[in-house]
Amino acid sequence: MDILGLARGPALKVALAVFCVGVAWRIVGFALLRIRFDLSKPRTSVMRYVSGGLLAIGTRSWPHRQFIGRTGPGEALGYSYHLGLFAVVLLFTPHIVFLGSLFGFTWPGLPSSIITVLSVLTLTLFLAVLFRRVTNRVMRMLSNFDDYFSWFITMLVLVTGLAATAHLGAPYETLLGVHILSFDVLLIWFPFGKLMHAFYIFPSRAINGAVLARKGAVS
Amino acid sequence: MSNPAGTFAANLAPAEAARTPDSRVAGAMRGFAQEVGALSAFRLESCIHCGICADACHFYIATEDPQYTPIWKVEPFKQAYKREASPFAPLFKLFGLKREVTADQLAQWQHLLFDSCNMCGRCSLICPMGIDVAALIGQARHAMFDAGLAPKELYEKAAHQHATGQPEASTEPYRDQLLAIGARFGVGIPLDQAEADIMLCVPRTDIEQYPSAVAALARVMQHLGVSCTFRSEGLVAENYGYFAGSKQWQRDISLRLIEQAIACKAKTLLIPECGQAYTALRWEAADLYGKPLPFAVRAVTEFLADELQAGRLKLGKAATGKTTFHDPCQLVRKGGVNDAPRALMKAMQIDLHELQDSGAFSYCCGGGGGVVDIARAAPLRYRSMQLKLHEIEATGAETFLTSCSDCRHTFDDAKTHLAWEKTPHSLLELVAANLLPTGTPSAAGNRP
Repeated sequence: MDILGLARGPALKVALAVFCVGVAWRIVGFALLRIRFDLSKPRTSVMRYVSGGLLAIGTRSWPHRQFIGRTGPGEALGYSYHLGLFAVVLLFTPHIVFLGSLFGFTWPGLPSSIITVLSVLTLTLFLAVLFRRVTNRVMRMLSNFDDYFSWFITMLVLVTGLAATAHLGAPYETLLGVHILSFDVLLIWFPFGKLMHAFYIFPSRAINGAVLARKGAVS
Repeated sequence: MSNPAGTFAANLAPAEAARTPDSRVAGAMRGFAQEVGALSAFRLESCIHCGICADACHFYIATEDPQYTPIWKVEPFKQAYKREASPFAPLFKLFGLKREVTADQLAQWQHLLFDSCNMCGRCSLICPMGIDVAALIGQARHAMFDAGLAPKELYEKAAHQHATGQPEASTEPYRDQLLAIGARFGVGIPLDQAEADIMLCVPRTDIEQYPSAVAALARVMQHLGVSCTFRSEGLVAENYGYFAGSKQWQRDISLRLIEQAIACKAKTLLIPECGQAYTALRWEAADLYGKPLPFAVRAVTEFLADELQAGRLKLGKAATGKTTFHDPCQLVRKGGVNDAPRALMKAMQIDLHELQDSGAFSYCCGGGGGVVDIARAAPLRYRSMQLKLHEIEATGAETFLTSCSDCRHTFDDAKTHLAWEKTPHSLLELVAANLLPTGTPSAAGNRP
């Protein structure tokens, strides 16, 4: 079996299995811990704090006016590379075909040339993010293996994808195989590290929003 | 990064100083295990190490020292969660990805969890993941207490309050001081009524430093003609168990007031100008009590704003000139009492000039969370509160108001130690000075 066959055959199957079981276990593992119900009398109605929670999913996407001066540039950088990544993952036609085989439906993609430009931009933003992580004293102090490995594996998928598209340095099939293998590794790593924030971000915002809205406080 | 271990040795009460390192770690882990439920685990799981919370914290902004990053303050407990309780804990242990928490590490974190955190909750408003960092810090304080690592001052005040009802010994019992304040200010102090609609309590800060605020509370209640009473057995509003991180003591101290409110069949427990008491009684007491409280818990400002809206309270124009207001964190950001003080100020036709960061985004005075009581924290506190003092100065206000006696005490302390020139005044006292009989049109009023 060649590398491409391995990558999109057994390796992908194993990776998807680890991903699904791992993500489920990571969520169930803490969700099964004790849940304490707040016995204080809420200031607002159930509707208000449910809507406060839902609203926070959107409002926390950008800092409050009072914080923008300090956090705006960093958050803009963070959101930019996420948007670039989503565009490349979701709007590149070969990816759509692959995802279509998993989900059973497809959608229109962007031309390859635009995807290439977006990939290079995203790659540049990824480097900027790493530079910021190692030069910002707060981020450097907070960072651990998870932060750097999650960055590395995501970057690797992006770089190998670009190399495969550009047919750089090796036969296309080999480059594509390496690209898919790196994606397999990302899938396997996903449940164990910070990439899980993709599943956490909206519920986490909603919970905090609801807790504060229950008190009638700003979220 | 400057290391807190190199700066501070643990500041311990004698009763806790002799504990062995193993007993401290075991205590912290036991306390932590009791705290970690699904919600706190979710919060610990969700952190992406972006460090944005630092930009909300006045301790970090004032010093630019990364150790004051709010989420870093719970790092030992994140570490313990990942290693001991998270879904992949065995892997973290097997590959040594998370080290065991040590007694030395816990001792180092005493400075971060107590001296340099007001539990003001500003970090919980900035986190893009929506993590309530302040809630995690509160839980970490519980574990630190169980490790015998509560700061000496907070431990001793909490122990004293737990044993006697007062955080400190006084020459005269607070009950007698309360009656003396009534006599001095010429206002009746309703005390130990068998039944009353409203039970009152009082910050010990007011009894000791601001007796005029105690008199103002009694005067306003007398003016409104409501059925109310203080209770000798449940007088003190503050809860040092909350500050020190002792859930048991916090519960027992809250229980004094709860039992007294039940005994006098109160429909409302009225919290005076004390933000911390509001958090402890309005939002946390029911959980510690184990069931919903059989009465309402209200801050005096929200009570008065409701009386105003109902037409039972009329206020005259207060001659305060250009005025600014400090929002106490526990009342506003964490408590939702945002509009009430502004409604009262509007009724008194106050020329309010808001601080640059006001309402839910207000910076803490720097004294909250018991920090004002910790002697060794004072230099850092003075440094971090400069942000607030500059904002107050920038308004050009002649009069500076707040609605929390601990905040007031912290600002007064700045007057003494930083030669700051403004005097913090109580909003409640201003209300009491500008009461009008119901139906009276507004008239020229009094200064604080």
